[in-house]
Amino acid sequence: MNMREAAPLGLDVDRLRRDFPILAREVRGRPLVYLDNAATCQKPRSVIACETHYYEALNANIHRGVHQLSQEATDAYEAARTLVQRFVGAARREEIVFVRGTTEAINLVASSYGSFLGPDDEVLITALEHHSNIVPWQLLCQRSGAKLRVAPIDERGALIPEEFGHRLGPRTRIVALAHVSNALGTVNPVRDLVELAHAHGAVVLIDGAQAVPHMPVDVLDLDCDFYAFSGHKVYGPTGIGVLYGRQALLEAMPPYQGGGDMIRSVGFSGSTWNDLPYKFEAGTPNIAGAVALGAALDYVAAAGLPAIAAHEHDLLDYATRRAAELPWLRLVGTAPQKAGVLSFVLDGVHAHDVGTILDGEGVAVRTGHHCAMPVMERFGVPATVRASFAAYNTRDEVDALFRGLVKVKEIFA
Amino acid sequence: MTADLRELYQELIIDHGRRPRNYGPLTEANRSAEGFNPLCGDRLTLHLRIDGGVIADARFEGVGCAISTASASLMTEALKGKTEAQAEALFAGFHALVTGVATPAAATLGKLAALGGVRAYPARVKCATLAWHTLEAALHGAGRPVSTEEAP
Repeated sequence: MNMREAAPLGLDVDRLRRDFPILAREVRGRPLVYLDNAATCQKPRSVIACETHYYEALNANIHRGVHQLSQEATDAYEAARTLVQRFVGAARREEIVFVRGTTEAINLVASSYGSFLGPDDEVLITALEHHSNIVPWQLLCQRSGAKLRVAPIDERGALIPEEFGHRLGPRTRIVALAHVSNALGTVNPVRDLVELAHAHGAVVLIDGAQAVPHMPVDVLDLDCDFYAFSGHKVYGPTGIGVLYGRQALLEAMPPYQGGGDMIRSVGFSGSTWNDLPYKFEAGTPNIAGAVALGAALDYVAAAGLPAIAAHEHDLLDYATRRAAELPWLRLVGTAPQKAGVLSFVLDGVHAHDVGTILDGEGVAVRTGHHCAMPVMERFGVPATVRASFAAYNTRDEVDALFRGLVKVKEIFA
Repeated sequence: MTADLRELYQELIIDHGRRPRNYGPLTEANRSAEGFNPLCGDRLTLHLRIDGGVIADARFEGVGCAISTASASLMTEALKGKTEAQAEALFAGFHALVTGVATPAAATLGKLAALGGVRAYPARVKCATLAWHTLEAALHGAGRPVSTEEAP
């Protein structure tokens, strides 16, 4: 087997790497090998420049002033919304709500749409969810008396479609599931699952935090009702994210937070709400973040998501093959459809010790439960090591990871 | 391997991490406490036998990384024969060592000084102190699991 075969055509990774200033730095005297992209990925110069430019040239509050700057800031913010709309294939820009991130998007839906639920209702999630797609539903169930049900995963970390189907019924009002698991990398067959859930009359929220950076997403094709993702995992800034929601649902839902910008009129006898999406954007939003997220999506579109996906698949396949050569390494998460994540444990060495030793080699990975404690419990491990890939990673970096792992075994021999 | 890493994972730590001393239940225990590090999922239960204010025996159970396991192992060795006040003083010295606040004379800490390498890795200090926070809970009878994420 030729371990050094070139990456698939379409992505000039060497050139792309030069767009990311941080990749030039060293960590503990070694070139940084950043394999913690599922936690947050690094930012290209264009995104950093966009945010700087916003503050240097456009900064003003939006939707308020009659002055020129306010208009320019508003235009930039709304242009970013249109970019997001096109990026995820939404029918209308009113269906794109800017939030802080995936967590806030899910909380918004759990709080607002969740207010329609009562004690006879059920919410269905899956066993591979991130805590942010578990806890908001637990809180909703505590408030409403609704019942939380969980669809199990098999020993590979793949959802079991029949088991998922068995948990759907006339009481199921909301189905919330990850597009891609952050802890295992499993890609869920969301299109089929959405269809199944709709057949039972449930609305479906998809946590797309780990999908949007790695594959083209089209919310109309998926036919989902809500789709949430974070800017910082798709080369954008932290503190900005997106909730897509079907217009009819968003119209029917009560506001999530009250404040400025979300109202049409305020009086002490009552207030009326602004149009979509502003009804869900109370207070001054992260304007610079939204504008820079637009730049990030432009960057991704220019590189090409199919090319990024192909490159990351190549890295994942390569890393999986190398992992298979090590008898003392056990992969956690071997679903047939995976994206971007290699999660594993080493015989007799705790994940944290692996993480510290890899750090000494300049290799940044995540170790721990990855905000997915139920997943760890399912696999009977307290923690795993997770290497997660982005467009700028290379096979050489995968080799650096495995050189580090060999060192771990030497230290713990 | 860097000097920092070599100091962190020195032989004594690897040895105690792999073959922890005083590991298992303690049937004659009259104090016990659970410790938990929610950031990494490490858990341990500490059992003490205290006779007349002196720690006659100390054992522990649980799962953790090499640092937390070695720290618990070395701690249980160091505690035997100490008074409660001496144990508290030992913790104060140990805490100062691993947080880099001070470098207590090796003589006062004995084998515990091997964990000094932790000071170069702030993210791992909680691994090294989990057993000691659990000791505090056992001595002061908090009666509930202690977490590394609680304010001291």
